[in-house]
Amino acid sequence: MGTLILQDGSVIKGKSYGAIGGYMGEIVFNTSITGYQEIITDPSYARQIVVMTYPEIGNYGINESDFESANPALVGFISKNCCNQESHYQARYSISEYLIQKGIVALYDIDTRSLVKKIREYGTMNAFITSADVDDLFIKKKIEEIQNFKIDASILDTVTTSEKIVYNPNGKINLAFIDYGAKKNIVLSLIKRGCKVTVFPSHTDADEILKGKFDAVFLSNGPGDPAEYTYQIEQIKKLTGNLPIFGICLGYQLLALAAGAKTYKLKYGHRGGNHPVINLENNKVMMTSQNHGYAVDMMSIESCMRPTYKNLNDNTLEGFEITSLGIYAVQFHPEAKPGPEEGESIFDEWINIIKRNLKLVNEVKNEK
Amino acid sequence: MKNKSLKKILVIGSGPIVIGQAAEFDYAGVQACRALKEEHIEIVLVNSNPATIMTDEEIADKVYIEPLTVESLSKIIEQERPQGLIATLGGQTALNLACALDKEGVLKKFNVEILGTNIESINKAEDREQFKKLMQEIKEPVPDSAIVSNIEEAKAFALKIGYPIIIRPAFTLGGAGGGIAKNETEYEEIVHQGLNQSPISQVLVEKSIAGFKEIEYEVIRDANDTCIIICNMENIDPIGIHTGDSFVVAPSQTLTNNEFQMLRTSAIKIIRALKIEGGCNVQFALDTKSKQYYVIEVNPRVSRSSALASKATGYPIAKIATKIAIGYNLHEIKNSITNETTAAFEPTLDYVVVKIPKWPFDKFASGDRILGTKMKATGEIMAIGRTFTSAFKKAVTSLEEKSVGLLNREFKDYSNEQLKQDLSIQDDRRIFRVAQAIYNNIDIETICQITKIDKWFIAKIKELVDFEKDLKEKQISKALYLEAKKYNFLDSEIKELCNCRQDLLNAFKIDSSFRLVDTCSAEFNATTPYFYSTYDEEDEVLEYKEKSQEASKKPKENIIVLGSGPIRIGQGIEFDYCSCHAAFEIKKRGYESVMVNSNPETLSTDFDVATRLYFEPMNVEYIMNIIKKENPKGVMVQFGGQTAINLAEKLNKEGVKILGTSIESINAAEDRNIFEKLLKELNIPQPKGYAVTSVTEALNAVKNLGYPVLVRPSYVIGGRGMQVVYNDEELITYITEAFKFSNEHPVLIDQYLEGMEVELDAISDGRDVLIPGICEHIEKAGVHSGDSMSIYPSQNISRKNEKILVKYTTQIARKLNIKGLLNIQFIIKDDKVYVIEVNPRASRTVPIMSKVTGIPMVNIAVSAILGKSIKRGGFGTGLYKKTNLVCVKMPVFSWQKLNRIDPALAPEMKSTGEVLGVDTTFKRALYKAFLAGGFKFSKAKQRVLVSLNDHCKKSALPMVKRLFKHGFFIMATWGTHKFLEQNGIPSKMIQKFMIDKLQKRMKDGRLSFIINTPTTGKNSQHSGFQIRTIAQMYGVPSFTSIDTANAFLTAYKMFDKNTVLTYDTITNYRKKNLLDMFNLTK
Repeated sequence: MGTLILQDGSVIKGKSYGAIGGYMGEIVFNTSITGYQEIITDPSYARQIVVMTYPEIGNYGINESDFESANPALVGFISKNCCNQESHYQARYSISEYLIQKGIVALYDIDTRSLVKKIREYGTMNAFITSADVDDLFIKKKIEEIQNFKIDASILDTVTTSEKIVYNPNGKINLAFIDYGAKKNIVLSLIKRGCKVTVFPSHTDADEILKGKFDAVFLSNGPGDPAEYTYQIEQIKKLTGNLPIFGICLGYQLLALAAGAKTYKLKYGHRGGNHPVINLENNKVMMTSQNHGYAVDMMSIESCMRPTYKNLNDNTLEGFEITSLGIYAVQFHPEAKPGPEEGESIFDEWINIIKRNLKLVNEVKNEK
Repeated sequence: MKNKSLKKILVIGSGPIVIGQAAEFDYAGVQACRALKEEHIEIVLVNSNPATIMTDEEIADKVYIEPLTVESLSKIIEQERPQGLIATLGGQTALNLACALDKEGVLKKFNVEILGTNIESINKAEDREQFKKLMQEIKEPVPDSAIVSNIEEAKAFALKIGYPIIIRPAFTLGGAGGGIAKNETEYEEIVHQGLNQSPISQVLVEKSIAGFKEIEYEVIRDANDTCIIICNMENIDPIGIHTGDSFVVAPSQTLTNNEFQMLRTSAIKIIRALKIEGGCNVQFALDTKSKQYYVIEVNPRVSRSSALASKATGYPIAKIATKIAIGYNLHEIKNSITNETTAAFEPTLDYVVVKIPKWPFDKFASGDRILGTKMKATGEIMAIGRTFTSAFKKAVTSLEEKSVGLLNREFKDYSNEQLKQDLSIQDDRRIFRVAQAIYNNIDIETICQITKIDKWFIAKIKELVDFEKDLKEKQISKALYLEAKKYNFLDSEIKELCNCRQDLLNAFKIDSSFRLVDTCSAEFNATTPYFYSTYDEEDEVLEYKEKSQEASKKPKENIIVLGSGPIRIGQGIEFDYCSCHAAFEIKKRGYESVMVNSNPETLSTDFDVATRLYFEPMNVEYIMNIIKKENPKGVMVQFGGQTAINLAEKLNKEGVKILGTSIESINAAEDRNIFEKLLKELNIPQPKGYAVTSVTEALNAVKNLGYPVLVRPSYVIGGRGMQVVYNDEELITYITEAFKFSNEHPVLIDQYLEGMEVELDAISDGRDVLIPGICEHIEKAGVHSGDSMSIYPSQNISRKNEKILVKYTTQIARKLNIKGLLNIQFIIKDDKVYVIEVNPRASRTVPIMSKVTGIPMVNIAVSAILGKSIKRGGFGTGLYKKTNLVCVKMPVFSWQKLNRIDPALAPEMKSTGEVLGVDTTFKRALYKAFLAGGFKFSKAKQRVLVSLNDHCKKSALPMVKRLFKHGFFIMATWGTHKFLEQNGIPSKMIQKFMIDKLQKRMKDGRLSFIINTPTTGKNSQHSGFQIRTIAQMYGVPSFTSIDTANAFLTAYKMFDKNTVLTYDTITNYRKKNLLDMFNLTK
């Protein structure tokens, strides 16, 4: 019997199906029906405990091809039910085997719907998850620690690459990619479109990138409160105007902050694969994959920032561009994994922008 | 945005309920009409099915209960001049009609726009060749196939794609002559046979994908090109069994996100390429060992699957599809569930849904139970649980079968060898065979290999079977009991398995809790009053009630309405009509209405109908859980057919108040002895009868009655097992068989009176009765009332007898203190009225009588139950004045879907649906009924086969004379030929051994219909039976009652005289005065 202790004082018991241990984290929920493997390995969940609203988890096991990163960054995982009798031709591990191997505490046989409602009403909160059946005394002692827990800026160091890596060296488009905890499929989506992708650690100095003769900069997704990443914002400001910059999720938030807008914490975030987003230019709606706890304040954006996408559920800003500076960014995840794949067209649009820009630069060069 | 030019829209319904096209289209149609009403658009509705809610005058503005033919619709369009037509909500029937109307230029002529998905898109999706071409264009894989007309072409195809190959002959019914070939020898043999059997010598050969996973996506697209997936569903049965006959789970369970999204993306690509505007269903086959998939089929309309998806998610597909059809885009439609977001989102579930089909094989013991590409189920149930196992267990309970569990069925004593062998049989019982195999420790790999069912499902069934073993072995404890309840084991099962008493279980104090179906997994605060039971800690009913009561301040009392469960023969959509109206009226009377039902196809399980909806099995334990939460004023059982009535006594025992007619009265009507005494007291004649519990008693009874006798078990639906018996041998066989079905209740043996059968429905408040009308059956007594053609108002009943009918009805209603509805069946023989049956509940004919008389019977019944006297109902008491219209109800059968079932009319009901012909004269109404029933009249030389049993030869003579007079070419079997010869009617003699020739004639369409009165006994070797089943196979109408044949001839004469039919709304028909009638019939 494991235990989940929430910031609001509630204590929930469940059966353990992951590693032995106990972790402090921020508790959030995800409404995707499929894709637990991608969610578990999405670095944006660093230091978080993820509750799956879909009850049957583990059905198709864990395979070798659907990892979004090599090591899960979340600390806890919760579902209504778990299945260790997986059935899929690709499955290599059962979900329990994998979670234990990666040291993730996981609980099931929990009334996840009630838990989700708690999070919905209270807002994202801190929690402690343990595989142990702890007593009241332990809980009493732990509650203050839970309340004081905070995810700070150092979290980026736990999810970024430790060194520069080049993927697809023969790619035609030369991209600098700043890794704040990137999902694998963003990089793959760029490679698929003919990009050479140079992945930089999150603390890379802008000058290093500017020296690199890149065609554009790409800012990845990642965990944490964007406003705390002041160093990263400064670097982005330095890059602005020198190169086209594209951002997804955290990358988008940092671009907004660099441009002078503000971010705020959503009550309980957007995490799932069914978020409708409307393209403000042509009123087309698409279903997107989302995972973010913070949003860019629509009221705070500078006049140069043109809103491009809006969330239809709560009208929050989902994308903006500053065409004069070559800045394009979206809050949602066009790379999907998990979730709907319609957003993929955004990569095509962006690559076309880079190509057009390159053509322009070359024309200018030739004229000279 | 909304197309403002639309002021009047034509909605086409789906016609009678047949297998493959059931209540789901009534649900879709009503949702559509409501969506249009919201927009203040005038609705013209055409449907031949009178049992539907969509044909209510409150639902549509102009209701035409008329045949669904190109001719009728053209005229209706001409007189109504709608601007638009919605064709995608009335099943294949409406879709085909719209295409035909377009082809004939009717739509163009009267400027009618097809709303939503257009004809071109429909054709692209429906036409095999066009669809294949489109899929190739957009690079979506379809199974390789070819149409071949000789063995060489077939061989060339096989060489290209390899085995196995599916062979489907063109235009043969029920896939006759087809099959799957695993090698060249088999292939050549089947192709050869297929070419022979196909009337156009063509077969379709297709790469076999049997064993692939079958996955469906429900997609909606708007004109803005926004596409959303409402739900995906996985068939537990792999490809090879029709999805309507498959166990289905939503959402898919065994697909990775990659696979889920791959198919989702494909579905969206397809719906975009087809330019669908509205709902659409895409079916895929997915390999179990690779990412290879194939697009199998696209339905460019709402379907049974979309009804299921709507109920599984809470997303109202038909309503949204309608809004899209009139010009809205998804993001412009408000989400009625959250009231904050828009309709442009994808539902996400935090529960699992299981659907199980309901097959008619319990009624048709001789029927072919093998499932394949042709649907055989008449209905379905759905169950919701927090986990797959709990949903699955609940679903099995919802089937309302004698055994509620997975085990202890007919395979209980099978050897492992036998079980293994039978596991490959794909019939309705396969899942239970799997469960038994697991129980017998046959390993799950072997089971997977044989059944091709995914291991995940087998493992989950094993979890349930293993737990059942645990229950048997372990001592019951609170923890074990809770676990059992979480798996949805019933107390009755637990008591038996654990050998313990109810009070022990009660002492554990474990209550069920209810959760909300909210489309969003609790991400948003939702207000859907739609619940399912579980054993979670939190209960959302009380939370919901508190919230809504806060809003309305004054708490209201609530009343529970029990629905009728899955659609089956004998218990169809009419009870859903009654349940829904009861819920409406309860609300009107100032109470909250609470609906309980398990059928995903119906309107009653739309969360918009009652104040609160519980999607639960129609089982006493589940209903008691609801009652604990709702604490209702009482329960109404009289609207949900026999399913609900059967629950009354059990609920009453639990202390639940049954509103309306009391349990004692229900029992008095159903219990032979009490009822007999009661009629005697009232001095009402009845056929003599006995209730027997053994063969000896039965033989004694017959000594007093004399043959023929009518035998049937008590407490049954649709006269299951009812039969006319002519001798001792038949009687003994019957009695022995009958106790296999029902051992709780005795078998009834009645004197069989061959007279005119009369039926009426009445509403009573215990003192006064209101009888909207009297119906007279065309067929003589002995044919189940559900299978009889019937006429309102009665044409051949004397004033004197009418008065007697009213008198008897009033006497019975008073004596039984009936509160609400009652249905009485009479026989008039030799001018004497006998009562044969009293049903103290809503009947099949309530919707018809409500519509043709304009008396809202269910509403008045509910009022009466709640204490309002009939006198104050506004329609008077006694027999209501006859309206000027005449209507003929005609049963519709689904023979072509069910093999090896004798189509002969009998006391046992066999029809799946009905149509109504309405006009100002009997003959016109009759003609319309035949047209609506799908009969094709032709002026070509008509060949008829006549084969009569000795019993009816004499009485059939005038009919055969009519045939001859009308110029039919008569063929007759030996005995009949002889008899006709003696009576001066020429006929061509057909030898019994010439059945092959007959078959060829029917196949070639050289036989128009057959008249064949069945000989007694149910021996399938009888040539009559053979002739009838062959006719059924080739769609040749067969009349097995002389009365039906006579009626047909009357209709034929109308056709032959070139009678021009006119069409009008049911409202107008009721108002038509005699002058109109005169003008019309001139």
